[in-house]
Amino acid sequence: MSTKPEAAEALPPGMGRRRVKSGGIARLMWKYKALYIISLPGILYFLIFKYIPLGGSIIAFQDYNIFKGFTGSEWVGFAHFKTMFEHYDFLRILKNTVLIGLYDLVIAFPAPIILAILLNELRLVLFKRVVQTVVYMPHFLSWVVIAGMSVAILSPATGILNQLLGLFGIDPLYFLGDNRYIRSVLVGSGIWRDTGYGTILYLAALAGINPELYEAAEIDGANRWKQTLKITLPALLPTIMILFLLHIGKFLDFGFERVWVFLNALNTENGEILDTYIYRAGLLSQQYSYTTAVGLFKSVVGLVLVMAGNFFSKKTTGESLY
Amino acid sequence: MNRKMSGGYKTFNAFNILFLTILGLVMFLPFLNVIAQSFSSSAAITSGKVTFWPIEFTLINYEYVFSDASIWRSFAVSVFITAAGTLVNLVATATLAYPVSRQEYVGRRIVVLLVLVTMIFSAPLIPNFILIKNLHLMNTPWALILPGAISAFNFFVMHSFFKQLPAEVIDSARIDGCGELRIMTSMVVPLSKPVMASLGIFYAVGHWNAYMSALYYIDQPKWWPLQVKLKKMFETDDISIDPGASQFSDLAFTSPEGIKMATIIIATLPIILIYPFLQRHFVKGLTLGAVKS
Repeated sequence: MSTKPEAAEALPPGMGRRRVKSGGIARLMWKYKALYIISLPGILYFLIFKYIPLGGSIIAFQDYNIFKGFTGSEWVGFAHFKTMFEHYDFLRILKNTVLIGLYDLVIAFPAPIILAILLNELRLVLFKRVVQTVVYMPHFLSWVVIAGMSVAILSPATGILNQLLGLFGIDPLYFLGDNRYIRSVLVGSGIWRDTGYGTILYLAALAGINPELYEAAEIDGANRWKQTLKITLPALLPTIMILFLLHIGKFLDFGFERVWVFLNALNTENGEILDTYIYRAGLLSQQYSYTTAVGLFKSVVGLVLVMAGNFFSKKTTGESLY
Repeated sequence: MNRKMSGGYKTFNAFNILFLTILGLVMFLPFLNVIAQSFSSSAAITSGKVTFWPIEFTLINYEYVFSDASIWRSFAVSVFITAAGTLVNLVATATLAYPVSRQEYVGRRIVVLLVLVTMIFSAPLIPNFILIKNLHLMNTPWALILPGAISAFNFFVMHSFFKQLPAEVIDSARIDGCGELRIMTSMVVPLSKPVMASLGIFYAVGHWNAYMSALYYIDQPKWWPLQVKLKKMFETDDISIDPGASQFSDLAFTSPEGIKMATIIIATLPIILIYPFLQRHFVKGLTLGAVKS
């Protein structure tokens, strides 16, 4: 912003608009018609690929038939939403999704905050850089590759993890073929992949703290732990709150890929989430309207969570997304 | 930052270094294990002897992968989608972000809102699927490129960058008779090289690793990107004996693990090769994006 000393930018929003009006909006638009032409493909992209499917979500209230289309299909109101909550499968999968979401929120969300604080305490610059390089790396692997590596590493017969557990006298665990472990695998693989990468924004916030604050606290006799509680954490709070709000908006959106690549006949019972269910029942079994209803339900819950979270965050910490 | 070290803090520091070393190993050793397996004999892998270095060193797993035409085909598809897709991404994002970042653009608030809404509320899978089907994009590489042409987040990163470009420089170019497109290609783009590089990398890594959209929209093996091919290999325990050569048939039936690990390495190699370059840019790209909010 500082690079732009233009008066129009510094004016309050209302003033700028008035200036435009006096010039005549139509004339202004005609003068800069090239700008509108350049922006047209991008606008069309959003209208076609984002808003048409959004409108197409009305099939959740229809018995959509691919041959009859949107106009010819029968309207059924909220029937699909009713079936959803009476469906045993749906309730089990919703429970999985909520549980996995909770584990993720409680364990995976705070992990990068802690790691960033620990990295920030390091005074060995070279060591810090090496650790950062190594922990950022897994984020750039695809979920297919991570699942493939996990099959090798978690294998009960030949995997190195079970060999390591064997040293402590623990019998091999079939991590990927047992309903008991699948949720831990799903949340754990996310922690492995994204904790390091997640520290970047927190480290940027930590770098912005004025060192004089720590020096003053030192003089007042506050030890490192106290300094972390009273200076570091409050400085991170805005970043934490913004990322927290974004995270809870995606509470039911754990992610299709990262779950699908780990699922097999032995762990689907506890591992399946809404996204994989929508794919299986929707695309593979062609229950188009029903799974669109499930998808809408998911989006609406996400929206409500973001708005509620935003409201409470504004009240308590003053931080908000909008 | 020269705070004095108390005794307690020294202990903390030692534990911190120890903890971060272990964490680094936890992140790194799985790679080493996979690399070691890819260079080991099937007998060594099935008996569970392979840890962090190859046992009974062999190149047969790689020979198998290199002789499988379908893997090469998928590799080529992924390269094409990554190259073409990233180009489409950057052009589409920039051509929307630049005009909307200008004060002269009357409806800019409306466009920003149009993009913002898609970030908060997205359509379920089936309506997207029906759209791709009706546009006849199924089983074409465009189904993997067009639906994600502009990421809303990247749009906002680029938009906030363009907004900071000095308006008077652009105005003086206009006075000199430069058209808007000329201004964009010969002034705006060169000025925004760092942001283009960062976002280009985000887009490219995304394309290379994409699996979901290919699973949804492509069911003909000839357009399978590498990630889909890889997943199919993991799903079947006996690897197809595609190359046909007898030297591999035994290998494919007894232990396909080594082959799978070799394919993983090949699928990840492009990312590992650009990682040093990548690391320089993603930190910048990510913190740039944060400035806007």
